[in-house]
Amino acid sequence: MDITHKRTLEENIFKGLMLFSLSVVIGSLIIIIGLVIINGASSLSIEMITQTSSGGYYLGKGGGVLNAIVGSLLLALPATLFAYLIGLGISLFLQKDLTHPKISSFIRLTLDILWGIPSIIYGIFCLIFMILIGIGTSLIAGIIALTLLELPIITRYMDESIKMVPMGLRESAYSLGSTKFETSVKIVRRQALPGIIAGVLLGLGRGIGDAASILFTAGFSDRIPQSLNDATAALPTMIYHLYASPIPLVRQRAYAAAFLLLIIVLTISILSRFCTKKCTKFVIR
Amino acid sequence: MENNKAIQIETKHLSVSYNKHSVLKDVNIQIPAKKLTAIIGPSGCGKTTLLKSFNRLLDLREDVKTSGKILVDGQNILNPKLNVPQIRKKMGLLSQKPYPLPMSIFDNVAYGLKIHNNIHADQLNAKVQECLQEAGLWNEVKDRLHDPASGLSVGQQQRLCLARALAVEPEIFLCDEPTSALDPIASQQIEKLMVKLKKDYTVILVTHTLRQAKRLADYVIYLYFGEVVEQGPAQEVFSSPKKEETKAYIKGDIS
Repeated sequence: MDITHKRTLEENIFKGLMLFSLSVVIGSLIIIIGLVIINGASSLSIEMITQTSSGGYYLGKGGGVLNAIVGSLLLALPATLFAYLIGLGISLFLQKDLTHPKISSFIRLTLDILWGIPSIIYGIFCLIFMILIGIGTSLIAGIIALTLLELPIITRYMDESIKMVPMGLRESAYSLGSTKFETSVKIVRRQALPGIIAGVLLGLGRGIGDAASILFTAGFSDRIPQSLNDATAALPTMIYHLYASPIPLVRQRAYAAAFLLLIIVLTISILSRFCTKKCTKFVIR
Repeated sequence: MENNKAIQIETKHLSVSYNKHSVLKDVNIQIPAKKLTAIIGPSGCGKTTLLKSFNRLLDLREDVKTSGKILVDGQNILNPKLNVPQIRKKMGLLSQKPYPLPMSIFDNVAYGLKIHNNIHADQLNAKVQECLQEAGLWNEVKDRLHDPASGLSVGQQQRLCLARALAVEPEIFLCDEPTSALDPIASQQIEKLMVKLKKDYTVILVTHTLRQAKRLADYVIYLYFGEVVEQGPAQEVFSSPKKEETKAYIKGDIS
């Protein structure tokens, strides 16, 4: 085989492998969504979204998952906000012009390790803490566990985005007499906004879908939480409880709950594209 | 240098090294006020480092060691107790690649005004217009002041950076090869602006284009690998240089 043919063949094999990988990924997504829709759509009714779990819900009688939907939002949204605020401070601080590289690489290593910690460990850590200070399963404990879970994800993502802000832009801001605070918050943060938004949404998606960290901390409940001390259900824990049932009808409801969770995550994703477009029109490319 | 010309910046035994690698060695120069001083020399000889030492931008790197004194209007700006943002406010920077801030055209110019002053909206509008007019950009942007600055051409962005620097009322302009990324027409516009600027501001221009230095400079400093070879009025240095190395560089033997 001459060299031209060999190179063409290599090219075609490589394209083939890429297409194969693409189809595995897209195929998996389609199968997951398909399974959830096919199994879940039949049990999905307006009751599911508008009613909380009533007595007997877990035995196949009527009711809904409103408590879980509200619980998920009440847990994930504040957790993401706290993780964003703390994470922003950390990621702005890690920059070359503010911190010595040895310190910042140590902090980044710590964050990477924290990112890799399984979420159930965060749950157990918070549980130990809760026992020590004497609070039971509650909304506040769940929020804290999720904040800890989302923090390294959001921070590292924002950090990578902020690292890419060119030094020349920072120098321009400093030469106008900006302080380090002004340059970080008014200039660097604005330039890194697309990456910051992506990081926050990644964190939110992770938080809203996690069950292990809130299992011991947020607990479970049939009711919508009225205060920070109330235990609460969330869609992932609700799916777990429903699917563990021996009653087929109740297991169907697990799929319906999974479908609802998917819709919420998809909505967040679409809203984020809108938001990114609007908020990033001033970014220097 | 003649004694009756006011010296705005003077360096005494200034040495800068990056990670133990010496970039500037015992530099002693004088930069006169309200004139255009060109710093010339081959690539990599420390011109940009010298320029960035004047407004303490070198502080942003952690591996830099500086020794000696830099006197701006008699005050040593290398004193660690000084308020660095105030020092920097005195000096506008035009870099090789213009970096507009990630904001609208209006906000780019207004940024400096807002961080240093408590300024009212109508005063702000007037001042922004004035700066854009001085930079020769007003007519091109007056109908799209709130559009993103990233939409401007490179030449317009450089003029915007000039307008933005003018807004904080500096005394000195540090220009680091400001026309090297621009096409000939845009370069000409910037050069005309620099000639206008030197009437009211001290301009320090780093350039590796000898022709540009000959066109614009009142005083010249020739830097060769971190050492000052010759400095003096442009007329003298270009027509009758005292040192052999200067002669060689000007003739084009070293580039």
